[in-house]
Amino acid sequence: MDNSKIGHHISEQFNKELEDIRNKVLIMGGLVEQQIELAIQAFITGDAELAELVIKQDNQVDELEIAIDLECTQILALRQPTAFDLRLLLTVIKIIGELEVIGDLAERVAKTAIQLSDGESKKDQYHELQHMTDLVKDMLHGALDAFARMCIDDITLITGRDEDVDREYDSILRQLITHMMEDPRHITRTLNVMWTVRAIERIGDHACYICEHLIFMIKGEAVRHLTQAQLEARLNQ
Amino acid sequence: MTEQKPRSHTIDMSSILGEQRQSQTPNETCIKVENLNLFYGKKQALHGVNMEMYRKKVTAYIGPSGCGKSTLLRCINRMNDLVDHVTIEGQILLDNENIYDKSVKVAELRRRVGMVFQKPNPFPKTIFENVTYGLRIQGINDKRLLEETVEKSLRGAALWDEVKDRLQDNALGLSGGQQQRLVIARAIAIEPEVLLLDEPASALDPISTLKIEELINELKEKYTIVIVTHNMQQAARVSDYTAFMYMGELIEIGTTSELFTNPTKKQTEDYITGRYG
Repeated sequence: MDNSKIGHHISEQFNKELEDIRNKVLIMGGLVEQQIELAIQAFITGDAELAELVIKQDNQVDELEIAIDLECTQILALRQPTAFDLRLLLTVIKIIGELEVIGDLAERVAKTAIQLSDGESKKDQYHELQHMTDLVKDMLHGALDAFARMCIDDITLITGRDEDVDREYDSILRQLITHMMEDPRHITRTLNVMWTVRAIERIGDHACYICEHLIFMIKGEAVRHLTQAQLEARLNQ
Repeated sequence: MTEQKPRSHTIDMSSILGEQRQSQTPNETCIKVENLNLFYGKKQALHGVNMEMYRKKVTAYIGPSGCGKSTLLRCINRMNDLVDHVTIEGQILLDNENIYDKSVKVAELRRRVGMVFQKPNPFPKTIFENVTYGLRIQGINDKRLLEETVEKSLRGAALWDEVKDRLQDNALGLSGGQQQRLVIARAIAIEPEVLLLDEPASALDPISTLKIEELINELKEKYTIVIVTHNMQQAARVSDYTAFMYMGELIEIGTTSELFTNPTKKQTEDYITGRYG
């Protein structure tokens, strides 16, 4: 792992503190990635037990968020960091907020999985949802990887995938609407599926927000609220 | 028919962001340093420094020991003239006039450019005499004028309330923080344009330091201030512009908020984040 950005302080203790924060963020990210994976698996297979596990795991994510937040606060108060160190800590505080929300979205998927688990499994109907989830997981993984490497060279490739996710989302939505129109008895169940699809789509958005925070961390520029084209133009400047 | 109001919920952002925008308005140059080289004997202490300092703004110099920041500060009121074997090349313009020009009278220059040092150096006289010292050597003896100046200067230095009942006491009886504010009062009594502060708070306790910092904030309404400090957080708190110096060179100068959050030079980044460069 590249330590040139967070290491080399005269205070070895400070190096360790920043390294520790980075590791904790990556552990939290790993947990959240796993949560998404397991939640969608539970949803597709109707495995209520697995869904319970995801819900339990969210407590760990929440605990990590609080712990990292506290460590950042302490460093801000005791060391008055500047420049990259300051941007790193501000970014970490924002990233763990995004991860916590993603964890909550996965938890929501798990809860829906439990609700739907008593009905018949429609495993074969969820190809597109599985594909969309894979896309979103890749985005989150790419964002966490960029954070670990402290490198944003390929960041627009990650944010660019959100357009694919949105297309998938629209396509699934159309199918679900057709499904409901065909037989109103499906409406309750289909609405639950719709919430899940929506949650996965939102996870993609939060992965993009993490990328935006990383751009601020590395370049010191606020790039929020830009379109993909505007973002690419800004980074190529 | 009543006129229909536009259905818009946007608010006037200019009033909210106004303060931020205001700080971006162009500044008026007060001091301009051009190609300044300074040698102590054969050893070059300043290498081709170019910079501008703006009127009624606080500019801080930061950098490791021996980087030339105090030397540069002392050039602004020609204190280095008092050091043997000093050669200075280039020029410093104060209000577009080169202060190293032969026609410039050094005593007059130092009246316009006051200086406060690291260690408070009140004269072993009464508080009143300390503040009026500069006026008296200018030949001003009008008692009422002197009294007015003492009150105005001590108020300006945020010391009046603490010493108004003992103006005839010896200044050496004051605490370190009070002595330093007294020295600032003495400097502003002669109404300079520029105040040079060389580590003004480094010998003081945290509360006195905060008082001096608060005072700097008030003083900049009237004076152009240049401050040298080892304490980076202090530079960050009090200054509008910060200059980072290293080995006699000016590495980077910019607005304090920009320099401390996103410096452009790696050397600056390494120094302010406490890394070995």
